[in-house]
Amino acid sequence: MSDRIQQDQEFQLPVNRVFIAASLLVALLLNWLPWQGIWLAFRPDFVALVLLYWCMHKPYHVGISIAWTVGILADVADASLFGQHALAYSVLAFSGIVFYRRILMFNLHQQALQIFPLFLLAYTVYAVVHWQLHGNIPWEYFIGSVVSALLWAPITILLQALRRPRAAPDQT
Amino acid sequence: MEQNQPLRFFNRGPSPAVRLVFFALLSLLLVFVDVRYRYLESIRSGLSIVVYPLQRLVAAPSKLWHEVDDFFSSHNSLIRNNVELRHQHTLDSAKLLQLEVLKGENQHLRTLLKVQQRADYPMQLAEIMYVARDIFNRKILLDKGTQANVLAGQIVMDDSGIVGQVTRVYPWMSEVTLITDKDHSVPVQVLRNGLRAVVFGSGDAGELALSYLPVSSDIQNGDVLVTSGIDGTYPPGLPVAKIIHVEHDPAYPFARILCAPIAGVDKRRQLLILSALLKFPERPEGEESATDTPENGERRGQ
Repeated sequence: MSDRIQQDQEFQLPVNRVFIAASLLVALLLNWLPWQGIWLAFRPDFVALVLLYWCMHKPYHVGISIAWTVGILADVADASLFGQHALAYSVLAFSGIVFYRRILMFNLHQQALQIFPLFLLAYTVYAVVHWQLHGNIPWEYFIGSVVSALLWAPITILLQALRRPRAAPDQT
Repeated sequence: MEQNQPLRFFNRGPSPAVRLVFFALLSLLLVFVDVRYRYLESIRSGLSIVVYPLQRLVAAPSKLWHEVDDFFSSHNSLIRNNVELRHQHTLDSAKLLQLEVLKGENQHLRTLLKVQQRADYPMQLAEIMYVARDIFNRKILLDKGTQANVLAGQIVMDDSGIVGQVTRVYPWMSEVTLITDKDHSVPVQVLRNGLRAVVFGSGDAGELALSYLPVSSDIQNGDVLVTSGIDGTYPPGLPVAKIIHVEHDPAYPFARILCAPIAGVDKRRQLLILSALLKFPERPEGEESATDTPENGERRGQ
């Protein structure tokens, strides 16, 4: 029932480009917080989460090109190789756009399970580029993809709540 | 997947698959160019101007926290610190006097021997803006850049030893690769017996590896490694690491030796950038030193 409501709401919610840009910016800032030590391993990729949310809910507004641009910014800030994040985020956005009809059929908990392989794919792309150039993979890096998938439901609820027009009565 | 859609009233441009291929190729091209050539450094520093204020913004809370923490540091600890520092200062100034005498003597002897004078290294203080956010790299960003005449290849240290090397310079920031980074190596010498070796980062915060030393080599726990200065990048005689583990296993050609960095690689907030790059005389033709591998920490910086 609840997923039914979610789908119905989707086209009723307004598209606000400023809000999309602001949410991506906040996600970038969260990624750039000075994470250290064990927290760095557990850090979810907020940018990937928010990008995937928009690619699934507004696939015609946020697509691969935006994901790529955001990835380039992430590369500059992270001092990683040019295009490394961009490639991972492009793949993530593509998978989101291809699978959004299927995944949005499920409720939020099931969605998290469906989303996890997509994150794993994006993380793997990033790690493979690193491995090709440096010859090693720190395995704790992949913990981040699990944490990201766990955060899928909270982030979706938060963004849906923020997108709901203020004046309209609460439908749930 | 896109063909399953029944009707397309509006032209949405190329399909997602085409876009993915385009952007994936573009990213791979960028990665390739970034690894092989240095054309992209100007673009990177241009984009860093956009990113810089945001990074400052994000760093602000932790900075504020440190400042508040400093403000409320208790009276007692300040007094204790003060006494300790005064004590240290007396000891140090006595040592400094000796140093002056020794320096004079050394200079005199060197002029007598007509050996190249050892230069003093001017240094400047820089503050850490960021510690590694990337699990793959051990890097930090300092708040001094080309505006403060920082150059790629300069050495970064704290009060006790080597911390790393500047590998990339932005207008207001510089990126430092720590000695614990997996791709970084420092040519060193054992202080006790002058044995030369190369220390490699392990990607772990508190660990370095001393590779390619034969099993029979004379190394003990607690030996101090200092830079040998042979590479022409690191000035000689700066402390780098201390041996913490030696394993002589005859099954392997090389001994397995681990050491811990002496400098607080992950602890400090202020660091020193040595401003002078060493100038070496031209290497004579056909005479290659086989003992030390060239410094590869500046693989991309130089």
